[in-house]
This record gives sequence, structure tokens and C-alpha cells, in this order.
Amino acid sequence: MATASPKSLYWKGVRTAAPFLLMVTPFGLLFGVVATEAGLSLAHTMGFSIVVIAGAAQFTALQLMTEQAPIIVILASALAVNLRMAMYSAALAPYLGPAPLWQRALIGYFNVDQTYAMSIMEYEAKPQLTVAARVAYFLGIATPICPVWYVMTYIGAVVGSTIPDAFALDFAVPITFLAIVAPAFKTLAHVAAAFTAIVLAVTLSWMPYNLWLLLAGLAGMIVGAEVERRVGRARVRPT
Amino acid sequence: MTGYSSAQIWMIIAAMGIGTFAIRFSFLGLLGNRQLPDWLLRHLRYTAVAILPAMIAPLVLWPNATGGEPDAPRLAAAAIALAVGIWAKNAIAAIFGGMITLYLLQYLLG
Repeated sequence: MATASPKSLYWKGVRTAAPFLLMVTPFGLLFGVVATEAGLSLAHTMGFSIVVIAGAAQFTALQLMTEQAPIIVILASALAVNLRMAMYSAALAPYLGPAPLWQRALIGYFNVDQTYAMSIMEYEAKPQLTVAARVAYFLGIATPICPVWYVMTYIGAVVGSTIPDAFALDFAVPITFLAIVAPAFKTLAHVAAAFTAIVLAVTLSWMPYNLWLLLAGLAGMIVGAEVERRVGRARVRPT
Repeated sequence: MTGYSSAQIWMIIAAMGIGTFAIRFSFLGLLGNRQLPDWLLRHLRYTAVAILPAMIAPLVLWPNATGGEPDAPRLAAAAIALAVGIWAKNAIAAIFGGMITLYLLQYLLG
């Protein structure tokens, strides 16, 4: 086949990513709304979405800040939530490693769940793509996803302060996390990890400085990994 | 946001930004084309699925809005969000399901 040009791959990425805006739009709005309700200024709220650009970690930091957790606990918890992205980086490296450093740095910044998942599928399906074409495809996907995240955060933050308490937005954060996690309960190991973490979080919640969160998270990880080692990645439900 | 100065919040944002970038850039940038050991990959797979439920469990059981008392509408909303998320595998549907349940029950129970 003719080698696909970087330009055509870029636009293919843009088109592939468009449906995922249905996901990014409400999450961005919700972060803006909840951050403003929690008392963050518009600048701080935008700072999170532009500098960190990681929804789950941003919600984690926000929740712990409303609990007045120590800064070190906020950082450790939020970064632990992002550790999965080290796997994304390792998975992309064989495909994108030869690209110039500035391009890899740009990809690192935009290396979020959606851009990673869509790119790796394309790279695996089309091993003959040039490195330049792969970079173009990745940036094509990031083009609609990431700016929409910023803009929706902004709209949410501006609108958020006018939403009355009756909407019980205090509970939007737990519901959002449940919604993010529930589709991941694919295997016995995932369920065991979550169950262990929940039991420890509830029983250790007397501990100061939100230390229970780090201990429960660490124990959940270890149990998940151990269950996987023993029974493999057996599915608890059909996919 | 009480309890943190503006400068402290900027520090949190900057440190999270740097840390997150370091995680995302790690293998693409510096570590290159090397394999992660299996045991480490195995643990990384379960980070989010452990930390996030641990964080929400106390919020669901003892919500701040009710002064820490368990609250039937919130418990039901969490259960519905979880169920919709597992069955539909769709996070947005789960959020809508959970929040609509919460509003409905708060309205019905006054």
C-alpha cells in the first residue's frame, strides 16, 4: 500500500477523536463546577486543567483539599492515580522512540487516557506507519480532546458559582469516581483490589493526615497484583 | 478554599504538573525502549482501581453534606452509579444515573 502521509494521518486522528468529546465535555464542565464550588479561584481551576491535564488526579486533589489534607498526601495520592500513565509511556516508546525530543515531550504532555488508547490501537493495527505519521496521528487525536478540556473547565468554572446547593454537587465527585472506576471492574483481580482498598479505607479512616488513603491504595494494588499472579486475568463478566 | 494560601495551591498545581509530566514522559523521553518488569506492570495495573474506591468509600458512607451521617439517597445514588457503570461500561451514563437517583430520592423523601 502507499505510505500514508503525516498530514492525512493527522486529520484521521482528529476525526477518530471527535466522538470522545462526548466524554471530555461533561468531565471538563464538572471539574470547573466542582472546583469553583469548593472555593478555588478561576485561575487555580484553569491552572489544574492546563498544567496537570489529568481528570481523575485533578478530582483527587480537589477532594483532598476540601478535607484539608497535608500537601504531601495530596501530591502522593494524585500522582498515584496517574501512575498508570507510566504504562502508557512504556507502551508508546517502541513506536515513537525515534521521534525528535521536542515531539516526544509534546506527546508526553498530551499522553492522556483517550490519546493513548486510540493511538496504540492504530499503531498495532498498522505497523508499517512511519514515525512521522504516528506522531501526526497522536497530535491529531489530541487536537480536539485537550483544548476542549480547557474550554469546558472554563465554562464550568464560570457557570458553577451560579448553581444552587439543591443540586447536591458535593456528591458529584464520588459519583464521578464510581463512574470512572466501574467499567474497569473487568477481572477478579480488579474487584479484589477495589474491595481490599474499600475495606481498609473504612476501617483505617481514624488515621490522621489521610494516611489511610495511601495505605488502602497500596494494599489494594498489592492484592490486585497477587490475585492476578495466582489466577491470571480471568474475566468476571463478558466484555 | 480555606486552609491553603494561593501560593500553596499554585505549588500543588505545579508539583502535580511536573510529576504527571514526568510519569507520562518517562519511557518516551529518558528510559527509552526498555521493558518494565512483570511484577511492576502487574502492580501499576491496579493503582487507579485501588486508590479511587478507597477515596470514595468514606464519602459515600459518611457524606460531608449530612455532617457525616449515612444518607439513604446518597447510598442509593452510589449503588445505581456503580451498577450502571458496570453494566453499560459508560461513565457518563453512570454519572447521569447516579445524580438523577439522588435528585429523585431527595425530592421524594423531602
